[in-house]
Amino acid sequence: MIIGIDMGGTNIDGVAIHDGSLIKTVKHPVDRENYFFSIWHCLEELLQNIDPQNINRINLSTTICTNAIVENNISEVGVILQTGPGLKWVFEDLGSYLAYLSGSVDHRGIVVRDLDMKELAEIKENFSQNPIEALAIVNKFSTRNPEFEQRIHDFFKSDYEEITMGHQLSGKLNFPRRVQTAYLNAAVASTFRNFTNHMLEALAQKGITAPIYILKADGGTIDLKGALNKPVETILSGPAASFMGMRALFDDAQTDRCLIDIGGTTTDIFFLVDGTPVFEPTGIEIDRRKTLVRAIYSVSIGLGGDSHVRIEENTIKIGPKRLDAAVAFGGKHLTPTDALVYLGKMTGQYPDKSKDKLKEMAQEIGLEPKALALKIVSMVGQKIKETIEEILDQLNANPVYTIEKLLQDRRIKPQAVEMIGGPAQALAPYLEESLELPVFYPERYEVANAIGAALAKPTVEINMIADTERKILSVPELEIYEKIGKDYNLDKAQDYALELVSKAGTTLGLPQDQIEAEIVEASSFNMVQGYYGVDKNIRVKAQIKPGLLTKLKKEASSHES
Amino acid sequence: MKAKNTLGLILFPAFDWAISPTHPEREERLLYTQDQILEEGIEDIDGIHFFNPGIATTKDINRVHFCYPDPETLLTESHFIAAGGMKRAFDAVLGGETDKSFALVRPPGHHAQRVVYGDRGFCIINIEAVGLEYARKKYGDRRVTIVDTDCHHGDGTEDIYWNDPDTLFISFHQDGRTLYPGTGYMEELGGPGAYGYNINIPLPPNTGDEGFQYVLENTVMPILEDFQPDLIINSAGQDNHYTDPLTNMNFSAQGYAALNHRLNPDIAVLEGGYSIQGALPYVNTGIVLAMAGLDYSGVYEPDYHLGKWKQTDRVTSQVQDIARRVLENWKNKEALAEKKFKGKKTVQRQRQVYYDTAGIMEGQIQEFKVCPDCPGVNMVHSKNDRGAQILGITIPRNACAACEKEGYHIFEDKSSSSKQKKYLQDLLNDRYLTSSD
Ligand SMILES: [Zn+2]
Ligand SMILES: [Zn+2]
Repeated sequence: MIIGIDMGGTNIDGVAIHDGSLIKTVKHPVDRENYFFSIWHCLEELLQNIDPQNINRINLSTTICTNAIVENNISEVGVILQTGPGLKWVFEDLGSYLAYLSGSVDHRGIVVRDLDMKELAEIKENFSQNPIEALAIVNKFSTRNPEFEQRIHDFFKSDYEEITMGHQLSGKLNFPRRVQTAYLNAAVASTFRNFTNHMLEALAQKGITAPIYILKADGGTIDLKGALNKPVETILSGPAASFMGMRALFDDAQTDRCLIDIGGTTTDIFFLVDGTPVFEPTGIEIDRRKTLVRAIYSVSIGLGGDSHVRIEENTIKIGPKRLDAAVAFGGKHLTPTDALVYLGKMTGQYPDKSKDKLKEMAQEIGLEPKALALKIVSMVGQKIKETIEEILDQLNANPVYTIEKLLQDRRIKPQAVEMIGGPAQALAPYLEESLELPVFYPERYEVANAIGAALAKPTVEINMIADTERKILSVPELEIYEKIGKDYNLDKAQDYALELVSKAGTTLGLPQDQIEAEIVEASSFNMVQGYYGVDKNIRVKAQIKPGLLTKLKKEASSHES
Repeated sequence: MKAKNTLGLILFPAFDWAISPTHPEREERLLYTQDQILEEGIEDIDGIHFFNPGIATTKDINRVHFCYPDPETLLTESHFIAAGGMKRAFDAVLGGETDKSFALVRPPGHHAQRVVYGDRGFCIINIEAVGLEYARKKYGDRRVTIVDTDCHHGDGTEDIYWNDPDTLFISFHQDGRTLYPGTGYMEELGGPGAYGYNINIPLPPNTGDEGFQYVLENTVMPILEDFQPDLIINSAGQDNHYTDPLTNMNFSAQGYAALNHRLNPDIAVLEGGYSIQGALPYVNTGIVLAMAGLDYSGVYEPDYHLGKWKQTDRVTSQVQDIARRVLENWKNKEALAEKKFKGKKTVQRQRQVYYDTAGIMEGQIQEFKVCPDCPGVNMVHSKNDRGAQILGITIPRNACAACEKEGYHIFEDKSSSSKQKKYLQDLLNDRYLTSSD
């Protein structure tokens, strides 16, 4: 039995899934005063009459860290940066305690100038006189050589409970993003630790020992231990829950697809390429901060079933705001939902009021009511179509670095659309017309996000570099910095990378047949320096493919409109 | 962070292409540059955009070169893409997408001359010329200055624009007596249609930041002030760097960035530069920031400290003397041309060209018609030591009717030997023919 819980902005949904079948679903409003209680309340209801021993895992998609950041409910962080030579980024939004260190390592991780212990002692003294609760330590190129970050960490470790080192968060290069990511990680660490402690205590009282996993923005899950170290990984998992929910509700197409989650206020758009999710190229943005947190690429637009429809200067306008519910559901303002009600595709609570409101506007603009309803619906389709085209133009222009890739010119071309959300079924035939693509929608979507959270499996991504001249192999994500021989080569590196991600998968509780370790990128560069022969700079990116623990059984199968 | 000038970066390291596995022009060349650019977070600066290169066509190549036997045989995909990267750089700026652009592509192009039998100095086609001539056809003719800051003489670009008065070519380089390709003297001033518009600045070994700065300020900037180009291109070779393994100069990342900042080019393109760990990551980052109008004062090499690479007084006085003489030539170009070409109907130029990478020796005679109405139709008769013989005829972009007619007349003349392959490069009508067509 798998328990999945998705905490969104307004509602919290939960599901219990056994052998791929949905056993139970619950839905509650979120209590903004007590997020833990919201989750616990949902869990308790789900677990009624379920033997704790039968629970295999609990998967949570939480907004604990997201809300802490957005609501600025975060710890005071002391930030220690070693910027080295290069672009002078101005970091203004890292709180009040920012300290700079001299010294640097270069792009290969070679130490250029050592740490200055005197500077560090001064920072320590200064920080000790301020109400600092957590530390973030980030050096330029620290993923290539974390020695300085570790030494700084050791220097401070007896003084602070929460210390984040930049190299632990991602193997990707991007110093300003590493700084922001480390800052946020340190800033939410104690919030997330408190939440976890509450959770574990409550579960223990119920006699539940099942492992807990937290959904990440990349559609994978992380175990509680990992999440405690990298709580920033748990931010913005909502779109990932909806994405994974759709993967569970629809067939497993290995083609290019566009996924649309249309809600009341917004519509989220995602893409699959050959059945694999498209990711943000570097990382997700939160609260105007660009991070290195891996995420499924998603674009949200201000268009939904409850978007405000009105006439401005004799033209019809839709959104981007939602003022209230559709007239058909007790609101005051016309919405696309009302247009669908008029067209007989949906039934509201107040269909007559809804139709009257539409007729009123039709008269105002001089159209037949049906023509207006059709016009509104087709405008929604048009807006979605334009957005998709813009996104594809952007994604298809993403930089490539090899001749093979450039010549291949692999463009994303959706062959079908998968859609969930309130108006999905009603809108599907119209959208099919606008997009000239088949549009699929599932029978039930109400708890799609919770299903997505429940069925998401753990993922691991690693960025390995093996440098035979320095004789060092590094995998920042796994804190691996090992000696290698001169004769290390690409084959060995790839085998080792696969072994490492598989092992990480096993540690995260994935059965062998679910691990699906794969090499994402692999290359080996000849390094020629002087007459000392040829060394190798080997780079391998490997991952456990994000995916589902199990498919959902046909009960919730999809339909073509 | 926001760029003052919007900048299009065509960063295409071609990680799957090398001349040979241990050749300096190998996969690894831009690896650390890319690392540095990624780590600096350049991609997140507002106003800096990354573009993929396009792919050049054979027509783009034929606009500039006489390739023997033909472009398809000589070039690999990487050359079409490097030239396509240059086209993208021109499109970005002239198409109005960005204020400036920088093509960080490989292999380079500035040693590729009009006639091409193979690889010279790691170049087969002159990617900046291919890009520029493409742009002139697409966006209209323009007065252009190319400032080549590679340590080697830009002999390919010189040859291509030798007789073009609308393309002012200025090459900074280490004196040809001490470095490949052994050309680039001050006296090489151009053909009869563009005398004085080819400017060589041969600098003594060990010239440092100070020397480059001096020449830029005292010679190049006044010349640009005079010439008033519509477009400035910086052929940004990075082998003047003090760590470069192939050369003997003492230029630094700060020096390159400051030069670029002062020159203020619209478009830059990477040329040579093979200190791929110690120089390229810093020089390229410096140029990117300078072009974007951002603070580059923090960009320096691990082993850089002020004073270490200061040039000697002897070098300083040599540099000042050269700077003065180059400017004098520019000011006297009309008088010098009058003296040199007066009364001549045609001007001949005889040269030997060695293809170091391909190991081919070429002998050629160029013949320029002296025309009062246009730069003049011109020809190149060329043979190489492998038995190839070609005749290349160029009708300039702004040719007069007489020169246009004469170009076709020479091309259609049947009296020449059948062993000789003929090429007609009709830049006026954008038509490119060969005798086997
Ligand atoms: Zn060079
Ligand atoms: Zn003429």
